[in-house]
Amino acid sequence: MTQTNFRSGPDANGLFGAFGGRYVAETLMPLVLDLAREYEAAKADPEFLEQLAYFQRDYIGRPNPLYFAERLTEHCGGAKIYFKREELNHTGAHKVNNCIGQVLLAKRMGKKRLIAETGAGMHGVATATVAARFGLPCVIYMGATDIERQQANVFRMKLLGAEIVPVTAGTGTLKDAMNEALRDWVTNVDDTFYLIGTVAGPHPYPAMVRDFQSIIGKETKEQLQAKEGRLPDSLVACVGGGSNAMGLFHPFLDDLSVDIIGVEAGGHGVHTDKHAASLTGGIPGVLHGNRTYLLQDADGQITDAHSISAGLDYPGIGPEHAWLHEVKRVKYVSINDDEALAAFHTTCRLEGIIPALETAHALAEAIKRAPTLPKDHLMVVCLSGRGDKDMQTVMSHMAAAEHQEKLA
Amino acid sequence: MSRLEQRFADLKAEGRAALVTFVTAGDPGYDASLAILKGLPAAGADVIELGMPFTDPMADGVAIQLATLRALDAGQTLAKTLQMVREFRVDNSTTPIVLMGYYNPIHRFGVEAFVAQAHEAGVDGLIIVDLPPEHDAELATPAQAAGIDFIRLTTPTTDDARLPRVLERSSGFVYYVSVAGVTGAGSATNEHVSEAIERLRRHTKLPISVGFGIRTPEHAAAVARLADGVVVGSALVDKIAHAQTHKQAVDDVLELCSALAQGVHKARLN
Repeated sequence: MTQTNFRSGPDANGLFGAFGGRYVAETLMPLVLDLAREYEAAKADPEFLEQLAYFQRDYIGRPNPLYFAERLTEHCGGAKIYFKREELNHTGAHKVNNCIGQVLLAKRMGKKRLIAETGAGMHGVATATVAARFGLPCVIYMGATDIERQQANVFRMKLLGAEIVPVTAGTGTLKDAMNEALRDWVTNVDDTFYLIGTVAGPHPYPAMVRDFQSIIGKETKEQLQAKEGRLPDSLVACVGGGSNAMGLFHPFLDDLSVDIIGVEAGGHGVHTDKHAASLTGGIPGVLHGNRTYLLQDADGQITDAHSISAGLDYPGIGPEHAWLHEVKRVKYVSINDDEALAAFHTTCRLEGIIPALETAHALAEAIKRAPTLPKDHLMVVCLSGRGDKDMQTVMSHMAAAEHQEKLA
Repeated sequence: MSRLEQRFADLKAEGRAALVTFVTAGDPGYDASLAILKGLPAAGADVIELGMPFTDPMADGVAIQLATLRALDAGQTLAKTLQMVREFRVDNSTTPIVLMGYYNPIHRFGVEAFVAQAHEAGVDGLIIVDLPPEHDAELATPAQAAGIDFIRLTTPTTDDARLPRVLERSSGFVYYVSVAGVTGAGSATNEHVSEAIERLRRHTKLPISVGFGIRTPEHAAAVARLADGVVVGSALVDKIAHAQTHKQAVDDVLELCSALAQGVHKARLN
């Protein structure tokens, strides 16, 4: 590793190395350029930052704790494991960190309507939440498959007053919802703010969402300093689009003693055709406004991602992750559906925390890794979301497993 | 002179606008799609836009999304699309063909190989929806170096400040997307189109084709009185969607093309 500054990107064109950019239809270009200008102005405006800090504290409930997962640590018998408790945020996941930032920007820009895509529904819920709080009408695009497996979140969004538009195109998952949100945006250019939920899309979204999520890493750094008097030795977070991971990782990128591990969804295994591991199993391409690693076939057609967790079920990944992978600052691994489920149960039983299935991927990697590490190794896992939304999925998997056992 | 320049110059001399037709390559299948392609010039198409199917057509409405899926389901690939152009060129050396689509399949194919093969196959221009001028170096520059025109989309959101940037490297013609929206959705008023063309003419000498939401011969005729070209896509593609057989798809597309051509041809001559 010859580079020592990993935090300076993106460049003026929105590029992290060869990744990122602004690959959008001309109709959207003026909007995307305008957003970049407005965001630059906002983040230099003390009043905006003050407002953001207020809502982070009094509405989201930040700072959330950095919690020593004592029983999981004992169970693993190695590294000392801390959880950054993003699941304790209002709405139950890290997503709201970004939504608060973007809704404040939308208000500042005088926008009258919010749109968003959602996979597991956590970003949809967070968007519907801030829309209600700031009195803006809100349309959420959600794949029909995801609506089916995330009923609880669909209902939450409805309670909050959002309109949910089912997307049946493609596989009816996150990428199709994103296509449909882009189609809405291109049609409603005058008054609509597109609140992207992850560190992907055209510039400035990857950098902007990362900045709003970086509060995760900033707090972690301070909290661990207070508890242990030093930096962590490793960070572990799950990666779909990669916003919770980017938020935890970014403040530590130039601390080269910190090992950083991103965990992709391996589905049935990265050597099968049913996974969502864009870095491990994909190749670079252009989709949804940015160049990044994508799951695609030999003809450049996007292939379907698969993961037990709807939030990781996306055939791409944020461009900054693609770059961090190429420059080898972050190590990306994958965890299969069954490993994630096992870690889900372990965390429920040992820590009394029901994690989201997305988060369970990070936990599985932590459980795999911790026993091989010394007891003075400090590991921070991003507890990105709570698992209430996943009850149905877990129930049906447990029922299927019981059925298998009876047959055997 | 390129085929596109020649065609627009000839039509200008005739005093009429070009009928620019869009169909998706491989829809509803390779053979029927090739038959449509080969039949379009005789049915009055002056310029042909041939869609390169992509799984995630973010700027397209339902009609072209479905066309894309039909083509992909029938096994269409970028290599086959280039092959269709080669087969078309066997007996047509004058009608310009513009490939239209999204960047990723070309990115995957390899820009260098794509540009070389597209040129050799007889492709005259490219419209790549998700490659704004900010990314010119990736494809526009190598394509133009190989003699392939790069046609830019301008839209109602492209203001006077941005227009020069968009037009700077445009060649062949300028495509005015007359409504902010996806393909096949609403249509613009004649007043809007007229004002937009006036504005564009202040910035460019290239021919201007207008598209989005034009479905009937009457509407095509109205736009033909204002612009140098009239683009029709979703209405033709819908004919394929509604056809019971591939033969009917071919017949219905060509029949609508003839009707549109009559509208466009009459527009300025009377």
